[in-house]
Amino acid sequence: MPHGTFSRRSLLRSGFALAGGALASPLVARHALGADPVKVGSLLDLSGPIGSSGQAMYDTFRLAVEEVNATGGLLGRPVELVNYDTQSTIQLYSQYAQQLALRDKVAVVHGGITSASREAIRPVFNRYRMPYFYNVLYEGGVCDRDTFCTGTTPAQTVNKLVPYAMESWGKKAYIIAADYNYGQITAKWMSKYVRDGGGSVEAIEFFPLDVTEFSATISKIQRAAPAMVLSALVGANHTAFYRQWAAAGMKSRIPIASTTFGLVNEVASLDPAESNGIVTSYGYYQEITTPASSGFVAKLRARYGANMPYTSELACANYEGFMLWAEGVRKAGSLDRVKVCEALETGISFDGPSGKVTMDRQTHHAVRNAYLAEARDRSWKVLHSYPDQPPADTAAVCDLVANPRMSKQFVIDVSN
Amino acid sequence: MALTGLLTFNILNSIALLVLLSLGLGVIYGMMKVINLAHGEFVMLGAYATVLCADAGVNLWLAMLVVAPLFCGLVGLVVERGLIRFLYGRMIDTMLASWGLSLGLIGLVTTLFGNTVRGVSNPLGGFTIGPYQTSLYGVFVILLAMAVCGLLWAGLRYLRFGLILRATMQNPDMAAALGVAPPRIYMATFALGAALAGLAGGVLAPVSGVSPGMGAAFIAKAFITVLGGGPAIITGTGLASGLFGTISELASFQTTPVFGQVALLLAAIIMIRLLPQGITGRFLRRSV
Repeated sequence: MPHGTFSRRSLLRSGFALAGGALASPLVARHALGADPVKVGSLLDLSGPIGSSGQAMYDTFRLAVEEVNATGGLLGRPVELVNYDTQSTIQLYSQYAQQLALRDKVAVVHGGITSASREAIRPVFNRYRMPYFYNVLYEGGVCDRDTFCTGTTPAQTVNKLVPYAMESWGKKAYIIAADYNYGQITAKWMSKYVRDGGGSVEAIEFFPLDVTEFSATISKIQRAAPAMVLSALVGANHTAFYRQWAAAGMKSRIPIASTTFGLVNEVASLDPAESNGIVTSYGYYQEITTPASSGFVAKLRARYGANMPYTSELACANYEGFMLWAEGVRKAGSLDRVKVCEALETGISFDGPSGKVTMDRQTHHAVRNAYLAEARDRSWKVLHSYPDQPPADTAAVCDLVANPRMSKQFVIDVSN
Repeated sequence: MALTGLLTFNILNSIALLVLLSLGLGVIYGMMKVINLAHGEFVMLGAYATVLCADAGVNLWLAMLVVAPLFCGLVGLVVERGLIRFLYGRMIDTMLASWGLSLGLIGLVTTLFGNTVRGVSNPLGGFTIGPYQTSLYGVFVILLAMAVCGLLWAGLRYLRFGLILRATMQNPDMAAALGVAPPRIYMATFALGAALAGLAGGVLAPVSGVSPGMGAAFIAKAFITVLGGGPAIITGTGLASGLFGTISELASFQTTPVFGQVALLLAAIIMIRLLPQGITGRFLRRSV
């Protein structure tokens, strides 16, 4: 059947063309400022299940690069962004990390979203002596002189969230979390803070990222009858929990506090009946009304349109992380790894949308503001702010001043 | 006692969801031996059709039960005419083509609507079983799954079209000799399968996170169910859904969601070993 053969061949051909287009050259933003550009690497999931988080982070990162270029670049040279979409696949993280270090020879890499992805690329950057910024809230404990973690850690946020929830709702907690290192370790922190407050943990349950059916868990939670549910669920599939929880009419019976809810637009996209009353604590909310914050949101709207998704701590910290690194380069007057690292260790700070962000010398984590907010009618109502919170969890185990050669992630022992 | 009631209800609910998710795949695979790897994306399209219609002010029930299946049926028609019909009888090629299609559809929806989670509000409230609270929507899902199975069965069993359909699947050459045009029947079957997938997507829209990649979470379960069910589409899918739904729900309740998934896969492996042709390959062979 020649007709059929022809169709298949042309189909395959167009298929290969499509695949080739997707796999081939990454998006490289070029700037024409003349001088030899300073190359900066970005590794984020822009597609796949984690893509919704990555897209917002990439948008603010591009804004940061554009702003630095608009004011003359770094060291009189334009900044060139080298971006790879890791497609929510860990193998691609390792592969592109090598490319950034060996082929593109960038000056710094900002990236990684899940903790699993960070731990996949951190050893690669260690091996090639590449400065690395991880600008995402996470479980804490990374102690590595070449790595800078600018997002919030549990001592800055969970330590505010759990006491607030216990004071408002009661002592018995039921913990549900995503089944990978972030969820596992965050669940430990949650139970620690619950016990510190004199409460008890009824149960801890972990969910692989592809779980979409929560009826068994909703039944178990009811059987345990806790005063509250603490959630560290992650990703689009897990959003189903909040919907099924509301559908079962549990919303008015047992309140939820979460360390992850609302980071990717959920509050705007879910029905208010499903999200109202959920309490979270992060390093930034776009509803914060300081001039720096409102100005940042206005700039983003002007650049990407009024319909852009919610700007959460993820997007904000990625912007601040890049700006902090840029400050370090300016102060060092060089792109040299050791010089920039030493400049960053002088207690350098950047006044960002979330407030003042300061690099902590001992841990290479950020001292930054934390906020606590409640979901109300498709937006967050910021209830409390906690200025200049130190990364106390990581500081308890990590001292890069005393041990500059250290490169590991402490899983902080919180089993008590 | 109330807990047993709640658990039974949950099991029925998860069986019903599994039936709705697998029927479309079962129709396409069982009748045409075409492995449609884009099944999850048809489900996703159904969910998006529902969300977009509901956002535009269309009645949710209309969006879910009419618009989603119709839209996906049309998409199925186009896909069959434009892609699948050239590849009948070449299983590997259809797998490759439908996999490419699934990637394309994910990319297209991401480009059009962004990689964010969407949803529609749940139209029904909750009800109580003793001291426990559960979802009225689950009752609707169970009733709908029963109705869809019943209608499909009756259609295949009693309608002239159903007879022609079954005849074509059994022996296309003989059916052609008797004046039936098999290509048309294939086209209609593929569209029917896609429409059923769209219906599943519509039903899932109020109880799951609607995102471009959502299909991936359902496709494995649907395949396991269809393969476990064997050649009789409705009986097989129903029995396999019953078995797997019960096992995964009970295991998730007694242990953790991780073991719920492990138990489901383990049950599937054991069953494929014991009944390589699926349940209806061995038992109830004369059923539809």
